[in-house]
Order: sequence, then C-alpha cells, then structure tokens
Amino acid sequence: MSESLRNDGRIWVPKTPGDKRPPSQIPEAERDYYLERRYPSFGNLVPRDVASRNAKAVCDEQRGVGETGLGVYLDFAGAIQRLGVEAIRERYGNLFDMYERITGEDPYRVPMRIYPAIHYTMGGLWVDYPLMSTIPGLFVIGEANFSDHGANRLGASALMQGLADGYFILPYTMGNYLAGARLDKVDAAHPACREAETGVAERTRKLLSINGKRSVDSLHRELGKVVWDHCGMGRNAQGLEYALTKIPELREEFWRNVNVRGGNEELNQSLEKAGRVADYFELAELLCMDALARQESCGGHFREEYQTPDGEALRDDENFCYVSAWQYQGEEQKPRMHKEPLRFDYVKPAQRSYK
Amino acid sequence: MKLTLHVWRQKSPGDRGRMARYEVQANPHMSFLEMLDVLNEELLAKGEDPIAFDHDCREGICGSCGFMINGVAHGPNKATTVCQLHMRHYRDGDVLYLEPWRARAFPVIKDLVVDRCAFDRIIAAGGYISAATGSAPDGNAVPVPKDTADASMDAAACIGCGACVAACPNASASLFTGAKITHLGVLPQGQPERYDRALRMVAQAQQELFGSCTNIGECEAVCPKEIKLEVIARMNRDFIKASWLRRK
Repeated sequence: MSESLRNDGRIWVPKTPGDKRPPSQIPEAERDYYLERRYPSFGNLVPRDVASRNAKAVCDEQRGVGETGLGVYLDFAGAIQRLGVEAIRERYGNLFDMYERITGEDPYRVPMRIYPAIHYTMGGLWVDYPLMSTIPGLFVIGEANFSDHGANRLGASALMQGLADGYFILPYTMGNYLAGARLDKVDAAHPACREAETGVAERTRKLLSINGKRSVDSLHRELGKVVWDHCGMGRNAQGLEYALTKIPELREEFWRNVNVRGGNEELNQSLEKAGRVADYFELAELLCMDALARQESCGGHFREEYQTPDGEALRDDENFCYVSAWQYQGEEQKPRMHKEPLRFDYVKPAQRSYK
Repeated sequence: MKLTLHVWRQKSPGDRGRMARYEVQANPHMSFLEMLDVLNEELLAKGEDPIAFDHDCREGICGSCGFMINGVAHGPNKATTVCQLHMRHYRDGDVLYLEPWRARAFPVIKDLVVDRCAFDRIIAAGGYISAATGSAPDGNAVPVPKDTADASMDAAACIGCGACVAACPNASASLFTGAKITHLGVLPQGQPERYDRALRMVAQAQQELFGSCTNIGECEAVCPKEIKLEVIARMNRDFIKASWLRRK
C-alpha cells in the first residue's frame, strides 16, 4: 500500500510474541506502537528504510500479525475518531478500497495489515548530466536512470523524476544533441542492425529449443527468494556470498532446463517472460555484488555488520562517499566498478537520527 | 476450492477458436489472475500451451487486464478489475466461462488477449492539449476551481481497459471517448482544441467501427473506475456545438 497512509495511520503489533487474538481484543496497554516508542519525534513518519527494517524486526521476534505472521497493523481508528470517517475517505478512499478488495477486510473498521515489499532497485542506467547514457544518442529518463536517488527511495518519486527529467532537462539537452550531431541515414542492412537481429534471433531460438522441465515462473520465484532472503532489508557478507554462488547455478539451470512452449512468430507470453527472467539473473547478481562491495549501511542498503549500538544504519563517508557505476563487460563476465565521488560543499552527510 | 473453467482458446487471429474445459484448485485469497497463473503452471507441466491473458500492474490501475466472466466484463464485483477480483467471492464447485472482449474493433490476438490499438488511435486523434515547450509554467498560474478539478479527475480515472465496449450491445466506445474528451475539455488547459478534439475523436471512434451510443448504460455498470454516463452527455454536447461552429 502507498506510504502516504502513514500520515494518519498508527503502526503497532502485540507486545507478546505469538499473540493471536484479533486486534479489537488486544487492549491498548498490550499494544506496542514500536515506531512511536523508538522514534518519539518522528513516530510513524520515519523514512521508509527505517519503517521497513523495524517491521521486519518485530516480525522476526514472532510478533507479526495475520495468518503468515508477516504483517504489522496500520490502524486508523484514532484518525477516524479525530477527523471523522469522511475526512479519511477523502484522503485515502481509493487506497482503502484497494485494500478491501485484496484482503476482504474493511480498513475503516479493522486495522490494515501491511508488510514491506520490494519496490525498486535503487539504481539504473548510468547517464551524464544531460541524461545521455554511454551510448551516444541514447537518453535515459525517469527511474530507468540512476541519477536522482540516493540510498533511499523517496516517496512518489516515479512521478517526480519523470516530470523533472521530462520537463526541465530533456527539452534542452536532447535538442542540443540533435543540433550538434551528424546523424547518417541507416537502414536494416547496416552491420549493427544485422548483428542485433542475429543476436535476438539466436537467443530466441535457444530459449525455444531447450524444452526442459522447469517453467519460467518457478525459476523466477526461486531467484526472487534468493534475492529477498540475502539481498533484502538486511544483508551480510555471508548471505551475499551465498547468493553469488546460488545465482549462477540458477542461471545455468535456466539455460539448461527451462521449458518455453510455443513459437516465435505469434504472441508468446512465455517467451516474453523468459527473456525478462534471463535478464533478471544478471540484475540479481549485480545487486548482490554491489551490496557486498559497499561495506557500510546507508539508506535502504543495510549491512548487518555495520550498525550503530542501537541498531541503526552506520554510514562510512570516509571510504564510501561515491556512486558505484558498474560497467558491463559482456555476458557472464564480472562487471567493472567505476567510483564516481560524491562532493558535498554546503550540507555534509551525517548520521541520521529520528529519535 | 475446486472450480470448473470454460476458457476461450484461440491460437491466432485467423484461428476459429473454441471453448476448452479445465479444472483448477484455488485458494480463496488468490486473485482471479493468480488462479489463472496456477492453472497455467499446471498446463505447462502437462505439456499444454498456457492461456494467454493481458496483465501488468495487478493493482487495478494500468488497464491491461480484462475479460468476460460468465458474460460480465471484469466479473461480478462492482468497480473492480479482474486482477483485483479475489477468489473468496466464488464457491467450491462454481463453473465459470471466460471469454475475451467481443467487438469488431477489438480483434482477438490469442485466447483472452485482444488488440485495443483502436483506443490508442482515438487518443491520437485529439486526446492532448497544446502546451508551450520549455520551462514549466508556475503551478498556480491557471487557477482551477475544486469542483472542476474533481470532474476532470473523475473522468481521468478511465484506465482504457475496454470493458465499456465489451459490455455494450452496440460495442460503442462512447464511455471511453467521453471520458477522454471530458477530462481535458472541462479544464482551462483543454480549451484551445476543445471542439476540434470532440469532432476528431468521435470521427475516429466511428472509423474504428465502434457502434453508437443508445443510452443503455451497461458501460457504466461494468466500468471498474465508475466513469459516469455524464461524460457521454458532455461528449455529445461538445460534438453538436462543434458541428454548428464548423458550419458557420
């Protein structure tokens, strides 16, 4: 659910592990409003990395709610009492409706159950200041590029970055590029076009000819589980190293044992999915490599080895004040890291505190 | 819960197509599309082709998904796309018939997937505003009253899924076209092209062989975004006015 809900909702779990009573039967004194308790000045409005890690922590303590135990309550009872149900409907009606459809529960009466989920990779294609990639003429805008986010994704920023790049930057930089570039006429007979065409045809033929035993979805799920477990809200060197041995094994199995039915000349959703998942192996491996190399905690990247005594992210600006730009070196080749130093002239990075 | 599905299977646009019968075991917490994912995994394991259906966000906001369930576009729940329809609304032993949108302007590509490019061409005919490029205008340069902004926003909620066309006995795209005309036409920014827009978009809808509106209201009843018939009245008003303006 959208994070805007935390503006008015209060987050809590039962104080006692394994408490399976319905929320209405848990008295106020037996509830732990853990964000308000740990972060008295920010309360439920702490940034999403902090909110996510704390949700995971209370669930790891067996205090999670719902059938799976992977959930915390987001409670609007107080806000509805304070502001009235109409005010809440005006603010969040669409989200409440969406929640009701998914869970079959009415969030106007019963607290929502929420849990953090993967949303974004906190990275993208490298671009220069005018938003052009390393391929001349290929501009990358919006969240497909790496340029605007720090280590924590900002709320509503898909729209923000799309507008900022599209409104303020591209109208100037792309025109400027076109005005100065000599663009020769090319047709389908151009060697680069031929090469790309042959490459795609070869890859497609390969995917369709494996005829193995495993579906694309089952391999996708297994890959996702590896990344979720070892490169998720908490990471450590041991887990990342394990993931970095497991992902190549899965990729090898994919190219040996995947089952993609149907043909090449028709709408083929299995083939389309197979192409995407084939790319995800590369992305997953890069995420783990990057997380392993960054020996500090910073925003959404929380290395369990690097935390303050009270369990918050411990940054190391002395050694890691740079963007890691990874250069593709060819299929199954280890990418090369380029360090782009981050310079702060006026506002210096510091340890965050929401206490 | 065990369900029996009769699903439209059609290999390609040229294929005749037929209904095929499947049995599937579903969990009440699954969405309808997750239930189809499970069925597709089983089909793959048996060496059969999975059922093709469109989907993307699965949050009811992208407009990709949609098919008929027992003759109703997006199934039985009010204001709910098929991705947001959950299996808890069905009972063990239910028999369901799944068919693609049926309309001359929406040819079937495969199974439950239809070609909705006709909608894109209607948008391309006039669903835009003229805007100066360059620096962005100041946010409060053009004041818009709250009720106008709300009217525009309600029309802009249309996700272009095509349920309105599928539900209409005339296969009319009036609710869709009306929503697009309204969401731009009520705002100050939409005024420069307002009447040309109505003429062009309506003409394009006719050219795509969508039918005409005869005020039946099935479209409003199935619309997952609750677009109101009022947008069709606004479209007709702008269209008639535009026709007179042109005559002058």
